[in-house]
Amino acid sequence: MREVAVVSFAQSPSVRSEANRNEVEILLPVVREAVERSGIPRKEIGFTCSGSCDYLAGQPFAFVMALDAIGAWPPIRESHVEMDGAWALYEAWVRLQHGDVDSALVYAFGKSSLGDIHDVLALQLDPYYMSPLWPDTISLAALQARALLESSKYSERDMAQVAVRSRASAKSNPNAQLTGDFSLDSLLAAPYISSPLRKHDCPPISDGAVAVVLAAGDLARKVCAKPAWIRGIDHRIEPQALGVRDLTTSASSALAARKAGLGDRPVDVAELHAPFTHHELILRDAIGINGNTDINPSGGALAANPVMAAGLIRIGEAAQRIMKGDAKRTLAHATSGPCLQQNLVCVMEAA
Amino acid sequence: MAQPCAVIGVGQTHYAAKRDDLSIAGVVREAASRALEDAALTWTDIDAVVLGKAPDMFEGVVMPELYLADALGAAGKPMMRVHTAGSVGGSTALVAASLVQAGLHERVLTVAFEKQSESNAMWALTPKIPFQPPVVAGAGGYFAPHIREYIARSNAPGDVGIRVALKDRLNALKNPFAHLHMPEITFEMIDESPMLWDPIRFHETCPSSDGACALVLASETSAQSAPNPPAWVLGSAMRSEPIMFPGRDEVDPRAGRDCAADVYQQAGITNPLEQIDVAEIYVPFSWYEPMWLENLGFATDRRGWELVLDGTTSFDGDLPVNPSGGVLSSNPIGASGMIRFAEAALQVRGMAGEHQVPDAHVAMGHAYGGGSQFFAMWIVGSEKPKAA
Repeated sequence: MREVAVVSFAQSPSVRSEANRNEVEILLPVVREAVERSGIPRKEIGFTCSGSCDYLAGQPFAFVMALDAIGAWPPIRESHVEMDGAWALYEAWVRLQHGDVDSALVYAFGKSSLGDIHDVLALQLDPYYMSPLWPDTISLAALQARALLESSKYSERDMAQVAVRSRASAKSNPNAQLTGDFSLDSLLAAPYISSPLRKHDCPPISDGAVAVVLAAGDLARKVCAKPAWIRGIDHRIEPQALGVRDLTTSASSALAARKAGLGDRPVDVAELHAPFTHHELILRDAIGINGNTDINPSGGALAANPVMAAGLIRIGEAAQRIMKGDAKRTLAHATSGPCLQQNLVCVMEAA
Repeated sequence: MAQPCAVIGVGQTHYAAKRDDLSIAGVVREAASRALEDAALTWTDIDAVVLGKAPDMFEGVVMPELYLADALGAAGKPMMRVHTAGSVGGSTALVAASLVQAGLHERVLTVAFEKQSESNAMWALTPKIPFQPPVVAGAGGYFAPHIREYIARSNAPGDVGIRVALKDRLNALKNPFAHLHMPEITFEMIDESPMLWDPIRFHETCPSSDGACALVLASETSAQSAPNPPAWVLGSAMRSEPIMFPGRDEVDPRAGRDCAADVYQQAGITNPLEQIDVAEIYVPFSWYEPMWLENLGFATDRRGWELVLDGTTSFDGDLPVNPSGGVLSSNPIGASGMIRFAEAALQVRGMAGEHQVPDAHVAMGHAYGGGSQFFAMWIVGSEKPKAA
């Protein structure tokens, strides 16, 4: 495959509600920062791809206005996925393989504050048999957490430990929303919100945006001192119905990691898109991340979870470690759908 | 360099106002099964699935690719979901082709659908957004002023739109999948139909349809072992521009011109009217045929309507446009672009049945969306591209 690297990354601070800025206003400075940092003039970027969800904004074609934030004149080669921005990055990476364009801008945004995110995500389910029951994300995740606990692989304490570590790590992330030092025992003393999930097991509700610039080969080397080279990227989906999957593991993550060429060599950093504490436990085992890997140093989705952007933020964060010289090999993961239905794995390395 | 890519399977559902015999999963699976049958493949032969559709509010299912993964045999495979407004059917085919052109996959299944009867597109297109003027008239109300501007610029006679509608509805009689079969259609009937959004009459507008379209896209190796003739992708391009800014030409958008120039350059086309044998162009309202003929370079500026009146775009003309009956006869919105791409492929494969244009070797598929701002196009041919 053609060598492609992440050469710049920018994100907005995740907040509970961006009450005074619409999506375009959130995106504009983020896109500008990513493009400026890339050193590639906007008009020379060969392809643009974005990820967003109409239902978050409550309007059709919510991505159309976003074109105003990215400078689409003269007209640009552009595409959009109704998926997390990590899949927009995948489409851009594919497009760069053709060889006729050398750079791409990828962005994603989501304002969960505009509606009820649990109602919105309930509409992702089978429209005839499931959605009419309005199963919310937390209840579905709780079923999965219960299955994991009953497998005896992990305890509620293990889950709480993920929350403690994530929110402590997030203290060094200026864009995180939920940060701080929490004691394990005080977290475990809290009541269930949907057994066995407590509040700390769940992600915050966030508004935010992210942008990444990709460049191929010599262009990446020219514009970036330490490009984060994408050595492999792959994504896989599972059937949606919870009854036909083993919820205690993530077969699609395992397969995507294998296809992305993770192999046996360790990664220094893994940014896992794990909105719930038990997701991280499942993903660590499925992907095969060993004890020496720094997991979610950004705090992950438990510290900031702008839906549709959170997966692409994982790629940006994992790339940033390489671009800053703090890591040689990193892994980023993104997920979509109820209970880790669809998963993407991206392996990046320094030169 | 991009690898060669060809269409080796095409599948369509019968389009109708309500496919209440099928669930959403049933609609996409029907089209996909037919595409696999055409390609003589099974579900396990497919490496990846790319789904496209217009806004999720048209059915009320958020990101329906998640729910449709198993209906489309995607379990354990990569699956993507494209959404680029009305052009999405075309863009989806292009994203699927891109996976083959990148050398990643041998055989990709791509499906686009809309099941408009599950919801109400007019409602979905008319949300009340703070600080934005609502259209409150669906797509027709949005595009009618652009058409009036075209008529003012071109001095086109008032009956051009009626002639386009008559042609497309008569063409649809040759297409068993078309939604509207109106053997009784006449010029007078269209002329006398109610004016919905001046100058768009009832019979000059597209229907609301349920349905899906599917393609199997294949690498050179897989294309050569396919049982039916492949349609080779000779050029493919997308372009977008913002919806609103001072000086923007919404009648003749630059994104459309740039996109066409890109596909022509890739396909080695310097005179589209001469070198392209048949075109499937996204015409949801009759007047968009002459407008796009100019935008796509088939006619010089302000003269597109002459190709309608002199019969160039009729079924037996020099450039048959929409021999399938077009969007005017079937409009499952998210699929409408892919149907254009699929019909172009059927023509160069010689598999279009009763609406086959004789000796069609090079065909164009075209789709547009948003406020005439998103464009997706491809040129397909019966001969493998020379570079390959």
